Amino acid sequence: MKRCRGSIDSVESMGLLDGPGIRNVVFLNGCKLRCKYCHNPEMWLKKDNNISVEELTQKIIRNKPYFTNGGGVTFSGGEPLLQSEFIIECCKILKKENINIALDTAGVGNGNYDEILKYVDLVLLDIKHTDEKEYKEITGKEMKEIENFIFSLNKSNKKVWIRQVIIPGINDNEKYIDKLINYLKHIKNIEKVTFLPFHRLGREKYIKLNIPYPYENKQDMDKEKCERLYELFLKRFFNN
Amino acid sequence: MTGWENFKKGNWQNEIDVSNFIKLNYKPYDGDENFLESKTDKTDKIWNECKKLLKEEFKKHVLDIDVKQMSGIDVYKPGYICKEDDCIVGLQTDKPLKRIVNPYGGIRMVYNELKAYNYELDKDVDKYFNEYRKTHNQGVFDVYTDDIRKARHVGLLTGLPDAYGRGRIIGDYRRIALYGIDRLIEEKQKDLKNLKGIMTDELIRQREEVSEQIKALNKIKNMGLSYNIDMSKPAKNAKEAIQFTYFGYLAAVKENNGAAESLGRVDAFLDIYINRDIKNNKLTEKKAQELIDNFIIKLRLIRHLRTPEYDELFSGDPTWVTCSIAGMTKEKKHMVTKTSYRIIHTLTNLDTSPEPNMTILWSKHLPDNFKKYCAKMSIETDAIQYENDDLMRPIYGDDYAIACCVSAMRVGKDMQFFGARCNLAKSLLLALNGGIDETKREKVLDNIDKMNDEILDYSKVKKAYFKVLEDVAEIYSSAMNIIHYMHDKYAYESSQMALHDTQVHRYMAYGVAGLSVAADSLSAIKYAKVKPIREDGITVDFEIEGDFPKYGNDDDRVDDIAVEILDKISSELKKHQTYRNAETTMSVLTITSNIVYGEKTGSTPDGRKAKMPFAPGANPMHGRDSSGALSSLNSVAKLPYEKCCKDGISNTFSITPNTLGENLEIQKQNLVNLLDGYFSKNAHHLNVNVLNRQTLIDAMNNPEKYPLLTIRVSGYSVRFNRLTKKQQKEVIERTFHEKM
Repeated sequence: MKRCRGSIDSVESMGLLDGPGIRNVVFLNGCKLRCKYCHNPEMWLKKDNNISVEELTQKIIRNKPYFTNGGGVTFSGGEPLLQSEFIIECCKILKKENINIALDTAGVGNGNYDEILKYVDLVLLDIKHTDEKEYKEITGKEMKEIENFIFSLNKSNKKVWIRQVIIPGINDNEKYIDKLINYLKHIKNIEKVTFLPFHRLGREKYIKLNIPYPYENKQDMDKEKCERLYELFLKRFFNN
Repeated sequence: MTGWENFKKGNWQNEIDVSNFIKLNYKPYDGDENFLESKTDKTDKIWNECKKLLKEEFKKHVLDIDVKQMSGIDVYKPGYICKEDDCIVGLQTDKPLKRIVNPYGGIRMVYNELKAYNYELDKDVDKYFNEYRKTHNQGVFDVYTDDIRKARHVGLLTGLPDAYGRGRIIGDYRRIALYGIDRLIEEKQKDLKNLKGIMTDELIRQREEVSEQIKALNKIKNMGLSYNIDMSKPAKNAKEAIQFTYFGYLAAVKENNGAAESLGRVDAFLDIYINRDIKNNKLTEKKAQELIDNFIIKLRLIRHLRTPEYDELFSGDPTWVTCSIAGMTKEKKHMVTKTSYRIIHTLTNLDTSPEPNMTILWSKHLPDNFKKYCAKMSIETDAIQYENDDLMRPIYGDDYAIACCVSAMRVGKDMQFFGARCNLAKSLLLALNGGIDETKREKVLDNIDKMNDEILDYSKVKKAYFKVLEDVAEIYSSAMNIIHYMHDKYAYESSQMALHDTQVHRYMAYGVAGLSVAADSLSAIKYAKVKPIREDGITVDFEIEGDFPKYGNDDDRVDDIAVEILDKISSELKKHQTYRNAETTMSVLTITSNIVYGEKTGSTPDGRKAKMPFAPGANPMHGRDSSGALSSLNSVAKLPYEKCCKDGISNTFSITPNTLGENLEIQKQNLVNLLDGYFSKNAHHLNVNVLNRQTLIDAMNNPEKYPLLTIRVSGYSVRFNRLTKKQQKEVIERTFHEKM
């Protein structure tokens, strides 16, 4: 059987923040969105395939001894859903090894979601905005595709961790928190919600790539304020 | 026997067998750290007194030196920290932090040491050692060959213990507590009687040594008596057990000044005594912790007199009072006791500290509670190193300890002839330059062909390199045989060897530096195009075209080269006959000397420029391990421990707290998983630092803000502010595993 190949930017062999335990994080190239706060712009374009299923899975399996207590692999990017065939092939092998698989996604791929979700243990879902207009403003795309993904996700019954970037002047307010709570109601199995304060550390990459930095005028999100909003969120979210 | 009440009987009563005593009597502890007590007021008072002295010492670098006495077990008057100091007593000299002059290793070194601090040697001592008494150093240099001198001169062999004590010998200090000195003398007298037959060199030497050991045991007893403590009989309680053990160690560091004078493995042993006292209502937890705290305070005050050049090699006044903790028995019962916790807890009670060098003998079978406690303490203090018990136990059994950083030995049964290290990167340059040293431009090795190729050819270079390694091994082994012959003759460690079995097993402990530079250089030659730039026929730099696999990324193409280099040098060293038939072994360890080695080595084919530091120990080169921490760890884990590097493979690992996980609970668990994973791949050692690079930069610029900041360097920890600027910069340059 001819195995398919994928396009990856890199593998971080020890990610401790993208899912439970110690994880290999695979950064896949290609993304349809152009989020203004994106800190991996070098992964926007799908480049030539540079790795085979065997190569990637062998690399990951070598690290299996570190994956106790829930660790495993996280497919991130870019948007991993854009290389669903490649990921599915990888997952088939990784599942035979009993390795935990997480998918770090914004939910905007080319379909095939039901199939890929079969293999995934956890979905880290990035919420860009709850409002259609704002969503388009941030990502440059319409909001409908993520709904297709959420439909499949709910069907799959897989665990979900929500990630929400908090950006000063855009969603750092109480009103947005209520909107978010409302929005999250239609996603099942949410185990955890994380707020990530916007930071400018990705700016260097834009300069290197000769792309104008979209948030040139934005400051880093105040971490304490972000935490206050998060506490507020927790209170209201779990009292609902 | 008084002192042995309530102990389970066994073979330990018939012969000297501390391990048997421990295994029959210790009580494993599975619980967590919540039983631990804070320090008592008395400890607080004593420790505050020490802190004052330490502050003063930091300012002056050396607080005081006793220039009237020469080192010896019972030559100094008793010394105390302060009058409350009656918990555990004993200092190296009559005052805390006052340093000993030890001329037996070499008198020239003493002159340099004293000159550096504006002291002058007592005239009588000066006369003895110039007119009447030969030293180890003089002996060695009477015999050194031209080849050895040249290899030393250009930095092919560095840090050899030919002018100071060799160290790395761990006496079984527990024997004094368990048996009392009279019994130990009796046993040695029996041994002496049985050392008979044809009077060969070896037998004569052995008989003389055992006689010296008996004298040393008497002197240890004397030293105790000067503190009104009688050690002739076994210790009767926990306080005496700790005191006697400490006096055994103290005798060692009064008599010797080797780079590393390690403590051994005392946690389960002392725990038996503490347990017995607590059971009999003679001791409370608070008081037990007080004893341990005061024991550790004493260990923190150990000092040796060093030259500034020595400090440049091993910075921050390290003494490697390495204290091995936990581990498992051969029967897979864990050896974590409450005293394992109590010892580590001193880092909380008495602030973090580089000494004693806390070394956890890690097994995947250790109780979860203990693993997490260690992880927590690593995150909070950066003062702990981890070594793989599951790897060492099958080789050394269950009563071994670590000397210095990574050298395992069975306590009281093995000793080693410490041999510093040879420079693997410079060896490669010698192969490219026809045996001529690239910096000093002197011929070091004969019969190495000059290489004139425009582009370096891998198989040709490798062949020449391996030929050089054969020559290096020959010179190195000659040097080691000479050094240890003379050390035994002129600076024999009678107090430490008295606490060993008479028929001791000896290791010849070679070492290598610059492994990652050598491996990456060969990889560059193999996978990229490397063009040497020559001046007068000597390579001064290299042009590298194209990329190449780098050690530290879990890439077999280069990791295999690293393994091949170790295999080659190790098997070459093993070919040579050793002094006293010692078993040849080897370490991959540099401590902080990776900087000095780098300084003495020209540009290398991996792109490292002349004089730039090597990576420490077995670490990948700074910043080249770019695929994340696990890949970096996996590369190091491939180096063969049992086959080549049974004397240890040192790896230092730094990670920022935020990268390790979002809160302390998760960070602890992740660190435990990391250690379990790394060691399950048969890796040997890991230093763990959890800190931000920014903190170090701030500490370099504002040292007064961080008086206690401790970091693990290579096999030991050190107060950051005691490092030289150069060393601080190098530590900051090292790879920090972090995520934006």
